[in-house]
Amino acid sequence: LLYIVFYGVSRLILRSYLKPPKRYWEVNAGEENGEAENTDVSPNQDNISKEQPDKIRDERRQKKKRSHGSFISGKKDPFPGEAPIPNEQLKKFQRGEKFQVVIAFRLGKVKETILRSEAASDLALKQAARYDLLLPEESGFLEGDDDEDTCTILQEDIADAVDITSGAKYFNLHLTQFGPYRLDYSRTGRHLLLGGKRGHVSCIEWQTKNLTCEINVMETIHDVKWLHSEAMFAVAQKQWLYIYDSKGIELHCIKKFNNVLRMQFLPYHFLLATASATGFLQYLDVSVGKEVSAIGTKLGRLDVMAQNPHNAIVHLGHPNGTVSLWSPNQREPLVKMLCHRGGVRSLTVDRSGTYMVTSGLDRKLKVYDIRAFKALHSYFLPAGASCLSLSQRGLLSAATGDVVQVYRDVWGGGSMSKPYMAHRVRGAVWGVDYCPFEDVLGIGHEAGFTSMIVPGAGEPNFDALDMNPYRSTKQRQEWEVKALLDKVQPELIGLDPGLLSKVDQATFEQKHKERVEALGYDPLATEKFKPRLKKRGRSSAGAVERRKKKVAHEDQKDTIRKTVEERMERENERKVKAQEQAEHGTRTALDRFKK
Amino acid sequence: MKVKVLCRNPDDYVRETTRDIQRVPRNYDRTLHPFEVPREYTRALNATKMERLFAKPFVASLGGHRDGVSCLAKHAKSLSTVLSGACDGEVKVWNLSRRECLRTIPAHEGFVRAICSRFCGTSFFTVGDDKTVKQWRMEAPGYRVREEPLNTILGKAVYTGIDHHQSEGTFATCGQTVDIWDEQRTSPIRSFSWGVDSFSCVRYNPVEVRPLSAHLKNVPLLFQVIMKLRSNTLCWNPMEAYNFTCSNEDYNLYTYDMRYLETPVTVHMDHVSAVLDVDYSPTGKEFVSASFDRTIRIFPKDKGHSREVYHTKRMQHVICVRWSADNKYVLSGSDEMNIRVWKANASEKLGVLTSREKAAVQYNQKLKAKFKNHPKVRRIAHHRHLPRDIFKQKRELRDMKEARRRKEQNVHKHSKPGSVPIVTEKEKHVVTVVE
Repeated sequence: LLYIVFYGVSRLILRSYLKPPKRYWEVNAGEENGEAENTDVSPNQDNISKEQPDKIRDERRQKKKRSHGSFISGKKDPFPGEAPIPNEQLKKFQRGEKFQVVIAFRLGKVKETILRSEAASDLALKQAARYDLLLPEESGFLEGDDDEDTCTILQEDIADAVDITSGAKYFNLHLTQFGPYRLDYSRTGRHLLLGGKRGHVSCIEWQTKNLTCEINVMETIHDVKWLHSEAMFAVAQKQWLYIYDSKGIELHCIKKFNNVLRMQFLPYHFLLATASATGFLQYLDVSVGKEVSAIGTKLGRLDVMAQNPHNAIVHLGHPNGTVSLWSPNQREPLVKMLCHRGGVRSLTVDRSGTYMVTSGLDRKLKVYDIRAFKALHSYFLPAGASCLSLSQRGLLSAATGDVVQVYRDVWGGGSMSKPYMAHRVRGAVWGVDYCPFEDVLGIGHEAGFTSMIVPGAGEPNFDALDMNPYRSTKQRQEWEVKALLDKVQPELIGLDPGLLSKVDQATFEQKHKERVEALGYDPLATEKFKPRLKKRGRSSAGAVERRKKKVAHEDQKDTIRKTVEERMERENERKVKAQEQAEHGTRTALDRFKK
Repeated sequence: MKVKVLCRNPDDYVRETTRDIQRVPRNYDRTLHPFEVPREYTRALNATKMERLFAKPFVASLGGHRDGVSCLAKHAKSLSTVLSGACDGEVKVWNLSRRECLRTIPAHEGFVRAICSRFCGTSFFTVGDDKTVKQWRMEAPGYRVREEPLNTILGKAVYTGIDHHQSEGTFATCGQTVDIWDEQRTSPIRSFSWGVDSFSCVRYNPVEVRPLSAHLKNVPLLFQVIMKLRSNTLCWNPMEAYNFTCSNEDYNLYTYDMRYLETPVTVHMDHVSAVLDVDYSPTGKEFVSASFDRTIRIFPKDKGHSREVYHTKRMQHVICVRWSADNKYVLSGSDEMNIRVWKANASEKLGVLTSREKAAVQYNQKLKAKFKNHPKVRRIAHHRHLPRDIFKQKRELRDMKEARRRKEQNVHKHSKPGSVPIVTEKEKHVVTVVE
């Protein structure tokens, strides 16, 4: 008791220190304060002292608000408060839904943490949305005159109309000797890798037209792919997979990967996924040189392959019209969907991982929502499409024979009768690929390579911490180290890449299993009754059964008694409550002081 | 025909001169940053690994005592000064930044039991086994001048603890009784005793105007908690001064709220031998404890288990421990005559950090906090190497506890409902509370 008094006194002293000096305009307020102090001795003092800082804060806030609206000169701010952010912009950066904090949340600390983190993410969201204004570049576009179709505009005309540097992005490489060509752009979009069917490989810094290396591997080439940087590339040759460096020196010949037809590189996992003629889907970790997994798909020759950039799932197309989705962690396909009546000729996935576009021998082009595995649109192309590719901004290029057509707004359900752009090349098309961060479509065909200008294809603003086309050697080296440190383990590949951040609501069985493991025994298990062996003929089978039954009955009785008691208790409680309510009628806010 | 094609001017993206910093244009679009969660997770895992990799908590060892270090005290004003007393009666004053002994005072005959610095930092008090309380000047005497105490008080019985008031000229000692002294007088102003037990530690409450709390089987001034085993020392939480933690002979530490002394707020378990000393960090969020099992442990104030354990091959029974006033270091004095300086945060980089380093540290901390419950991260973050004997003892204790729990459960199960109450771990150790 003595202590409590001391405690109170010390609080009083503290309070008097905190109080600001009295001012002449505070006559009334002072009286109020005095009253408050008189009541101070009561045990409620805590509430009062807590309220005071709140009041001060509120006043400050109000003052701030006032300062927004008016100046000393009397002028008014025509745009008070912070600038509004359009809702669409906010939506673009939103991750998940806001957590609704229940007002009657008991756990004060948890509530506080949640509120604080919500506020922080809110701020981050707003800042990111505001930053969009500062992005330096705008995307390209192509608009025809009044009754001019954009698809009739020739590449030469576009090249003439735009500035010289952009115009130079339309060019042809006549390589008739070793064609047809497959191609791949590096992730920065600076380097181009060409691989001719008859063994010709060349790396070109395509904007400066600088040839970094040119070799002939003297073997059939099925596919070429850049690895994580422009220092290394993989070539799928007649029998084995080879890795060369940017000078064309053979670094590895990987004999475990044979008869590879198509390759995909998963940049954040440092995995090279290969699909072979023998039906094997293999993953090579290029950072350590280890085969991560080899899956026998048992689905025949695999020559249609694409990756989902959103979740690193590999999509394979098959001659029976199915598309299967694979992760390195599972021997069976994650999903198998029937997409076409004939075989699947080509497929591609957009970069947000929402849409998949496939084309098949039935001359259909289909758009799927791969979150719901649902077909959205089906278009009929008279000649069918052999190669498909999606640009960063969602333009679809489809090659039919020697014509490459570019479509706009494919998943919006726009008409496919008129393409956005079209271009005829000199031979049958073997590979199309959009150059990242540029309005350029690369086409590999029988007579060489064509670089085509497609306005509005590339993402105008890159993020230099992720991919920087203008990076120096030093920056590339640093990026490489960072990227390797952030390498995502192949075990984390799954349909939902955000799964790790979600709350794992373990099922009751799981929790129970863990508990049993931790304790070493099952706390919920009821031990089976084992009747003791009795002598003198009392342990006959019938007697044992009878005893067992007796025990079982008793157990049952116990449980029944318990439930009945619980029910009675609840009933009583309810009655008492009802009675109370009936006595008092409806309670008002002031009733709490009655007692 | 209207056409616009993307065409960037390299000058906007490349630095102008080599002395410039690189330009890093950003775009926060989510589709440009796929796998954000797995990548963050990887970063968190790496950060946790790095933390364990760089966990080198041992900073320095201060040798020079000729007997076990029995007590340590912080200087009230100077961060770098530390006082230590040894079992042979010597008191040493140390400079931590230079890691050297400034002064050696033959203060007592027998043990120096406790030291405390005066709030102004100009003098300090020692008590020893020779039944005296001595006050010493903080500055060293001149060349060839003998070390002599400012004051000496001869008492009737051995004093075991001393603590000075935060702002007044009074101090308290304990032994057979708890005495409150005025610095100007040679006899106590007041003296308290409860029963026949002796007191092992006395501490002023850091915010209270009036004293203090003293300790036998754990005795704050106005209340008395009687526990099953002896409490060795006690320390007030400097931020929440109604909370205190006491170290106990039964291997545990107990945090009490002095308004509700019936049960401790938290029981801190992890030591495998008697806990000899405890000291709070100046932030009041954590405390450090020294134990007879040759380790020191750092506990969060509201957690039942320690977050960190420090040990070396050479460190013997740790007798006293202090948390430095800048919240960065922990000092421990042990039986084998050394005072050791440890980092309070084992993997912290000492010295000045650049702003980028600071940002990286903060980012990593946030990541670790975000993914701390993931099994892989948790396993790495929680793993601590323990000396073999302590590891074995820990396992043994766990088995014993489990057996005891099982037995209690069985007793409870097989006796009449209600006749055997379930006693929680918190309730177990308190015998009674006397006002």
